[in-house]
Amino acid sequence: MSVLVFADASNNGKVKKASFEATYFASQIAQQTGGKCVVLSLKADDDSKQKLAHAGAQKIINITNDIPAISDVSVAAKILLKYTQTEGIKDVVLPNDIQGKAVASYLAGLLNTGIAPAVTSLVSINGSTYVFKRNVFSGKAYAQISISSDKKVITLLPNSLQIQWNTQNIAEIKDITENDNYTPRVIVKSVEKTTTGGNIPLPEAEIVVSGGRGLKGPENWGIIEDLAKALGAATACSRPVADAHWRPHHEHVGQTGIAIRPNLYIAIGISGAIQHLAGVSGSKTIVVINTDKEAPFFKAADYGIVGDAFEVVPKLTEAIKKFKASQQ
Amino acid sequence: MKILVPIAQVPDTTAKISFTDNNTKFNATGVQFIINPYDEWYALVRALELKEAGLAEKVSVIHVGLADADATIRKALALGADDSFRIDTDPADAYVVAQQLAQFIKNNPYELILMGKETISYNSGVAAGILAGLLDYPYIANASKLDINGNTAVAHQDIEGGYQVVECALPVVISANKGMAEQRIPNMKGIMAARTKPLQVIPAYPVNITTKYEQFELAPGRSACKFIDPNNVEELVHLLHTEAKVI
Repeated sequence: MSVLVFADASNNGKVKKASFEATYFASQIAQQTGGKCVVLSLKADDDSKQKLAHAGAQKIINITNDIPAISDVSVAAKILLKYTQTEGIKDVVLPNDIQGKAVASYLAGLLNTGIAPAVTSLVSINGSTYVFKRNVFSGKAYAQISISSDKKVITLLPNSLQIQWNTQNIAEIKDITENDNYTPRVIVKSVEKTTTGGNIPLPEAEIVVSGGRGLKGPENWGIIEDLAKALGAATACSRPVADAHWRPHHEHVGQTGIAIRPNLYIAIGISGAIQHLAGVSGSKTIVVINTDKEAPFFKAADYGIVGDAFEVVPKLTEAIKKFKASQQ
Repeated sequence: MKILVPIAQVPDTTAKISFTDNNTKFNATGVQFIINPYDEWYALVRALELKEAGLAEKVSVIHVGLADADATIRKALALGADDSFRIDTDPADAYVVAQQLAQFIKNNPYELILMGKETISYNSGVAAGILAGLLDYPYIANASKLDINGNTAVAHQDIEGGYQVVECALPVVISANKGMAEQRIPNMKGIMAARTKPLQVIPAYPVNITTKYEQFELAPGRSACKFIDPNNVEELVHLLHTEAKVI
């Protein structure tokens, strides 16, 4: 049966990486169930539509007009619900980012059906029973979860899979106008962006440079930002740093902050409390830079440098720049 | 206005995680259970603050689970909740929890349902959204600040790279993120009072069960850390490129 993906590009026409991943994942499910991978996109530009096709979309329904009410997740979920009905959809896949998780869970409620949240891979499909892998206990364990409802809502954890792009794949594209007379119940009064560094959303970033109390103060964050810039990385921080308001709290990674799983996590001046590790232990490679060779974080690291961040980090930034220049 | 705070019970953050029954069940032996921190520190404490400010008449807590959670529910009462309910079933997942809560709320209306954004055990983060969808209530996810202005909830909703200020007429389901309130410790008076506050056990409602945890495995530990000379950071760049293949 066909699988529906929701890709919101209303911000700038560009579909997010996490939505391409969801599309690729949905196409794998569709292949195994003999269905179609259908993407409902919102204001996607031509380049993004082509990339959706290359990620595995067979049909793209692209809404071309603004629907201001869609910022209310219940409206977004109701629009998705409508297309599950018109397209004969059984399975819906969304990225497990902030918006995707909210819309997907609301949709599962509207459909009164089962949900497999924050999965990382597909294990098997046997009739109407799908088995997925997901992380539990804040990354300390993995679980296989089976879901056997007739309709299924699935969210895919960002950075969980490598998309195999198929540049030969062509999708049927329908640009449509959706009626915009939805009335939002949750009304956005203002939007406050607190991002100071690059524009890479933390949950999607492949490389993350993170600073802790060892940086001694917010005025010293320049070395973190320089390294992040050289690597094309997002910046993050530990809980004490966010609590002291050295950095905005949406940068806080850890048990009570956000959990991330980049390819490379560089922790600078962070001791590695168990609550911090819970939010980053899914990272593929961890580098720790700390003056204290007894810091618990070294036990969870792949590479470590025992040294003063104020000396090591600028040197590392220069070495990265040199390496990047040599690769061009 | 009445506030309902659904609470989950989770292993203490420092608990050793292991599994039994051929790795199909969480091993609760010797594990200390606590109220899920997002439910307690942020949702429950903010609900109590709203009551103290005269903006709510009553704060109830509800838990979907078995009798072994009663001590956890009493802790929520000790913090200051007025009364409590336990729906007597061992829920398979967030969808089951949401279905049980939805049926309870249909019979016992509350204007504000305030719960943590996720549990630190199964990390699903979907119970509040499913509940809102089942009830067709508006839903504010990831709120880091919450005020009540007459019949309207005003919240800071965390989004990628910042937050947005949102407003919504009650009734509403809100999931709480860090920042909404500060952790409280129950005092002796609260602990004594909690012993006599109501804890009503409700038989489970009939629900759909759609998922099952088939198998658990512990995340493998990392191999030993490779230490690199701080005067030779080029070596780290080389290893990240050729060995880890991440740059």
